[in-house]
Amino acid sequence: MNIKATLFASAITLMPIAVVASDLTIGFSQIGSESGWRAAETTVTKQEAEARGITLKFADAQQKQENQISALRSFIAQGVDAILIAPVVATGWDEVLEEAQDSDIPVVLLDRTVDAPEELYLTAVTSDLVHEGSVAGQWLVDEMAGADCRIVELQGTTGSSPAIDRKTGFENAISDHSNLEIVRSQTGDFTRSQGKVVMESFLKAEGGENICALYAHNDDMAVGAIQAIKEAGLNPGKDIKIVAIDAVPDAHLAIANGEMNATIELTPNMAGPALDALDAYINSGTMPPKWIQTESKLFTAADDNQAIYEMKKGLGY
Amino acid sequence: MISYNFFKRIMPQMIILGVVLFLNLLVFPDFFVIEFQNGRLFGNVIDVLNRGAPTALLCIGMTLVIATKGIDLSVGAVMAIAGATAASLVVDGHYWLTAVIGALTVGAICGLWNGFLVAILRIQPIVATLVLMVAGRGVAQLITEGTILTFLDEGLIHLGAGTVFGIPTPVLIWIFLGGLAAFFVRRTALGMLIESIGINEASSRLAGINSRILLICVYVVSGICAAVAGVIVAADIQGADANNAGLWLELDAILAVVIGGNSLLGGRFSIVASLLGAIIIQSVNSLILLSGMPPEFNLVIKALLILAILVIQSPRVGHLIYIMRASSPPIKSDPLTPAKESNR
Repeated sequence: MNIKATLFASAITLMPIAVVASDLTIGFSQIGSESGWRAAETTVTKQEAEARGITLKFADAQQKQENQISALRSFIAQGVDAILIAPVVATGWDEVLEEAQDSDIPVVLLDRTVDAPEELYLTAVTSDLVHEGSVAGQWLVDEMAGADCRIVELQGTTGSSPAIDRKTGFENAISDHSNLEIVRSQTGDFTRSQGKVVMESFLKAEGGENICALYAHNDDMAVGAIQAIKEAGLNPGKDIKIVAIDAVPDAHLAIANGEMNATIELTPNMAGPALDALDAYINSGTMPPKWIQTESKLFTAADDNQAIYEMKKGLGY
Repeated sequence: MISYNFFKRIMPQMIILGVVLFLNLLVFPDFFVIEFQNGRLFGNVIDVLNRGAPTALLCIGMTLVIATKGIDLSVGAVMAIAGATAASLVVDGHYWLTAVIGALTVGAICGLWNGFLVAILRIQPIVATLVLMVAGRGVAQLITEGTILTFLDEGLIHLGAGTVFGIPTPVLIWIFLGGLAAFFVRRTALGMLIESIGINEASSRLAGINSRILLICVYVVSGICAAVAGVIVAADIQGADANNAGLWLELDAILAVVIGGNSLLGGRFSIVASLLGAIIIQSVNSLILLSGMPPEFNLVIKALLILAILVIQSPRVGHLIYIMRASSPPIKSDPLTPAKESNR
């Protein structure tokens, strides 16, 4: 009797918690902390989930696919309502995605896609890398307004998809404008120090006064290049126009200081659109499109970069 | 001090450096032009010396470690830790010199750890230093909390990006430390003691050399050199990048030691030759950047050039050259022989 009463009492006391918990529980398998951007993505995902009253189970895979697969299996075993995953590699997901499908758990891919049949996941929320490059190219086309411009390009890590796509997009955007010409293009490995080293060699090989603009595949390389330009006695942002991609806080700071001209945002908020799509799917059965493209927003000196810098600084970039 | 033997020792490295610099001149005719601009010397040669600084600093310690038959794979990670330490200290408002001393202390502690594993626990150096190579970058990320920790402290920045009398500070630092190390190992018995450990540790110990202390010291020196390199790299970009600072640089440092003609099996070593090796590697990097080739070719070109250098230095090719010279009339045995004949 006593035992039964205790059980009953505890059931009653646990009830409110159970009601809250029956709200959505979502598992998020993050790649790891490979870059500042990814740390910001994790922060924003947690914020977005909290704002919607969603319980987020977070798993850090430390850059290993096997960790992500076991995280997904544990999410399935716990019976979560949905799974968000930023896949570390493109291949090898079919089996675990089928397991999720068998358990009727929708999976949303964040920031990267996978080589698996489309019906195995609900949707993918990513940025269009080619589009980012073309936004950068279009900005330069508008900025130069027909004036001749010799461009140097700092590429990302050779062979990586952001490097290939951002290069393609930029080249597409400037291809119809004969006044714009890429005279030097080298990899800066997406890092500040290589960006600086390679820019130094560009400045010597071409002569600083013969370079009109710099296009860097990410902001970190641009920030390194700014230092090289300063050390060569030139004014970055004025003597050499600088456009890059990512919109990390330091790029906003550089624009606010007049040392950089434009950056295109790779938003860390992939979770917002993903959670909206999941909400619509779970509550009203609306199928989202297979690909949700995030906005590639252009930031220039016209924006209040100091304020954006202060706001973004806290995101863990 | 500078003897005929010394020149004979570094002659192969000097010739290779000359050839690589000549290739640079071919792809970029203004290669040797140095201007005084914006308060600093400005030119490609200066860039080579400046950008070669991290590898040069690492290879000072690496040469000593390799001379003891060891290897230090952790130097790249120690660079990241030291850079992160210096950056976080100045960000917390400490004086830049305090931050540098803090970073060097951390480097020395890392070296002490490696030395303890190698000299006291007798773990093989490649395994012992692998521990810190893998874990060290994580430690650095903990210090920077996963972000690029930026700073604006003029004193610290000066170490990486500043100049003294127009010469970039990193160049002066590596030349000074390299000279200091070379002076100490060659003007005292220290160098010989290190070599004897590398050749045969057991008999050196029997001969009365305190090999444990010496081994630990060598790893500590390597840690400190790595810390200096880490501070310079962080100061150069005004930020500590725990993910990328010194990444794979341990391999460049080992390569520099090998190009310097030092044996990975320990024993005789030359710090000056290793430093030349570091500058050769940087000249190759400069050649790739100036050539304007698409970046897809970078690593292939580098590999081919390094391969060529190593083949020329290999014992078999050296032996072939020796035989070819021996089969021709002797060059030096008879100083009265006219040069023309000796070439036939």
